[in-house]
Amino acid sequence: MIPAQEVVETGLGAASKAGADGCIVLVHEGSHADVRFALNTTTTNGVQRSRDVSVVVIAGDGVATASRAGVVGADGVTEMVTDALADARQSPPAEDAFALVDASDGAPGRRSFDQGPEETDASALDDVLSSLSGAFERARARDAVLAGFAEIDVGTLYLGSSTGLRLSHTQPTAAVNLVGRTADGSGSAWVGVPSIDPSLEAMEDEIWRRLDWAKKQIALDAGRYEVILPPSGVVDMMATIDYDALGGQDTEDGRTVFSKEGGGTRIGETITSLPFTLYSDPDEGGVECRPFVAAGASSSEVSVFDNGLPCPRTDWLRDGVLARLRYHRAGAAKSGATMAPYIDNLILRCGLHDGGSVDDMVARTENGLLLTCLWYIRTVDPATLLMTGLTRDGVYVIQNGKVVGAANNFRFNESPVDLLVRATEVGTPVRALGREFGEHLNRTIMPALRIPDYNMSTVSQAS
Amino acid sequence: MSPLAADELGALTEAALDAASGCQAAEIRVERVRSQMLRLHDAQPETKADGTDFGMGVRVIDDGAVGFAASVDVRPEEAARLVRQAREMARVTSHAGGGRVELAPEPAHREVQWSSAFVVDPTSVPMADKIALLAEWSRRLDEREVVAHTSASLLTVSEETYLADLNGTRATQQRVRLQCQLEALALSESGFETMRTIAPPVGRGWEYLTGAVADGNWDWDAEIDRIPELLAEKLGARSVEAGTYDLVVDPSNLWLTIHESIGHATELDRAVGYEAAYAGTSFATFDKLNNLRYGSPVMHVTGDRTVKHGLATVGIDDEGVAAQSFDLVRDGILVGYQLDRAIAAAMGFVRSNGCAFADSPMHVPIQRMANVSLAHSGQNGPSTEDLIGGVDRGIYVVGDKSWSIDMQRYNFQFTGQRFYRIENGKLAGQLKDVAYQATTTDFWGAMEAVGGASTWVLGGAFNCGKGQPGQIAPVSHGCPSVLVRGVNILNARAEAGR
Repeated sequence: MIPAQEVVETGLGAASKAGADGCIVLVHEGSHADVRFALNTTTTNGVQRSRDVSVVVIAGDGVATASRAGVVGADGVTEMVTDALADARQSPPAEDAFALVDASDGAPGRRSFDQGPEETDASALDDVLSSLSGAFERARARDAVLAGFAEIDVGTLYLGSSTGLRLSHTQPTAAVNLVGRTADGSGSAWVGVPSIDPSLEAMEDEIWRRLDWAKKQIALDAGRYEVILPPSGVVDMMATIDYDALGGQDTEDGRTVFSKEGGGTRIGETITSLPFTLYSDPDEGGVECRPFVAAGASSSEVSVFDNGLPCPRTDWLRDGVLARLRYHRAGAAKSGATMAPYIDNLILRCGLHDGGSVDDMVARTENGLLLTCLWYIRTVDPATLLMTGLTRDGVYVIQNGKVVGAANNFRFNESPVDLLVRATEVGTPVRALGREFGEHLNRTIMPALRIPDYNMSTVSQAS
Repeated sequence: MSPLAADELGALTEAALDAASGCQAAEIRVERVRSQMLRLHDAQPETKADGTDFGMGVRVIDDGAVGFAASVDVRPEEAARLVRQAREMARVTSHAGGGRVELAPEPAHREVQWSSAFVVDPTSVPMADKIALLAEWSRRLDEREVVAHTSASLLTVSEETYLADLNGTRATQQRVRLQCQLEALALSESGFETMRTIAPPVGRGWEYLTGAVADGNWDWDAEIDRIPELLAEKLGARSVEAGTYDLVVDPSNLWLTIHESIGHATELDRAVGYEAAYAGTSFATFDKLNNLRYGSPVMHVTGDRTVKHGLATVGIDDEGVAAQSFDLVRDGILVGYQLDRAIAAAMGFVRSNGCAFADSPMHVPIQRMANVSLAHSGQNGPSTEDLIGGVDRGIYVVGDKSWSIDMQRYNFQFTGQRFYRIENGKLAGQLKDVAYQATTTDFWGAMEAVGGASTWVLGGAFNCGKGQPGQIAPVSHGCPSVLVRGVNILNARAEAGR
């Protein structure tokens, strides 16, 4: 395969030669390794190498894009550019058309465009694999079964444009999930860590602690309960804001929780009384991510014309006030708003509130429930951002500062915005992995939240 | 219809399978998958994406363990290298401990050429034609006063795949599918409402959008014409009073309930615990085979990979197993599961029923859902109107929207596109803010009647998720209208504390 940089230059050269009015070429070089296990045995695994190439070609007011995953060399990218140019010439004017980003306006890259891609391979799993056989033995000794998944992905992106941009970024992404279940299925516990080299023994210890809690089963009815929602659960609920409520155009259309009755958006409105700040920042320590826009196709919030633009820290909520919605430049210009791109991390903090760890918050709880994680979270009503979902792999009953047993699972109906409105205590923000959306939104920092009246709509028999 | 020329596939096969000599099993898959996505907002193009995935993956069973490796570099020497890499992965994971993996036997199918039923590959139609069609439909909606905004989307996929295994099967296959949706949004002082088309995604070609309705294609004109009036009625509908109601569920909604509460629950890999860390397990555990009362005696459910235009329909699955049709629930009793070769062997079945699928050459095949369908009650069975006529106080549910179910497939909650009050056997206007919630066996146990053949529709989804790394699969679910007694109805606004 020819180097990624050569693919970029060949594509740009082909576009120029064919008379395109602009062109962007993105090449993503990926490597991946994973292992999966269940029932105290390894099940599947894999190592993969990939290359994804996207081209954006502009002809007059029209734009066309194409992407290919596979070995794309000089001929391949030239063919892609030629086909896209023909498509662009037939396309109606692009709604998101904007001047391409100049080299002088582009984001400063963290690595040189000339550097080769970074890679991973199966050896990255050595620590996990070497720990597994002992973990399986310990699980059998406890009459329990372990299941889980460990993966690492390293992707290097190269972005070049006909306006002189040459950017590159490498992004490692990793996670280890571990589930322990009692052999009779009465108890289940989960721990997830967004890293490929966590201490599997420490994860195991937490699993055994929780399965010990589950030896006493306490049946509870549906209703509203004081709940400690751990950082993993907070990730998944805040992710629904990120996915479903931050679109500027959708909000202006009137279809999100941040739409204003009678038209417009709620930007500038105080949403929460506690000073929550929900933000994305490519430079946030521990969750660093790509500091520039890279888009192979446009959407209502992201534009191919914005490729290469810097991604500054963006506060979506700032001290409880709705501060920003997501727009590409054309959308922002049309709406008189500030452009705000998608950024691949999400952080929630609350001023000086620091309630400590989940264990600290449990110790301050007279009567309540400690949740482990949430699952199958889906929108019921976008106007209120009411989500439904379920508790999973451990709901623990707290009495007088201690966990005294495990309760049944519940279906909940809750809005993440309302959770922020009603939260009465905020823990220390930590690097966290969402159980449901962690595979899509891996880079998060979230606190635990105390919710005084979490709406458990019905009991789920799942255990 | 082949991802590569025959001689190139032959060279890859020879290189891979020679390197796999001595393995208990091995297969190489070469795939070219083209996927397009078009989205319009207010009749203007918003997203245009056209992508092609091309690569190969090899899976081996060696030393009693699975090894998988994949690459976009599709050359014979790379195929041999991938096999060596996969064998090393199998060796390493075998040493991590646990049981040995065996595959249920499958006869060799030799040379197989198979294609799904279509006239025009939808990915071959110029993007400009697609934009023009969706823009015209969007404008027809936009012209109506009640409609404030429209969105339209079209997903089209064409798969060309090749599989060769140590068993001697050489399968070359092509499938196409498409999904088209239009949605209109209306605003009022109290908020907004939407109404979306209920045309199901199908394993058909471009003709599904432009062809004659008499040939089984969708009547888009009729549906688009109705959307604004349905939306206006919904906008003025009264909010539902929470409580217990009898439901008549239209196939456009019921397919998703089947998918979640039967389709996933009867995947045997889930039922025995292989998905415990992610997708979940199942209440329909293996010890309940042939004795679990899943639903009422009128409930008959099959799995198949054979139904014409089905999204999960194939000739040969991704482990070299021929497509089949099989019972899952008969007379309301659980009588079967969906299987791949490993789970079939592990649980004592003589053969897989062909439910292995990988969504890309870069992913290992896992057990994925067949087309899981509820049988109708025959040519003389009741119409939807007949079912409604048997309800004094109830709700008629049409179209899917929101869905959620727990990790053992007990407790579910669904919404829909529109809900109608039923009063004394007649429809009495739309309701809004409706969600229905039930436990799987309670819901199906309360199914009093299923509609006749005239009510049966093949619905489905493009995007069923499972596995780690995550994979998506297309799957169809055929079903008639049904009557279910005594279902818990929630008011979504009340649940939100409004």
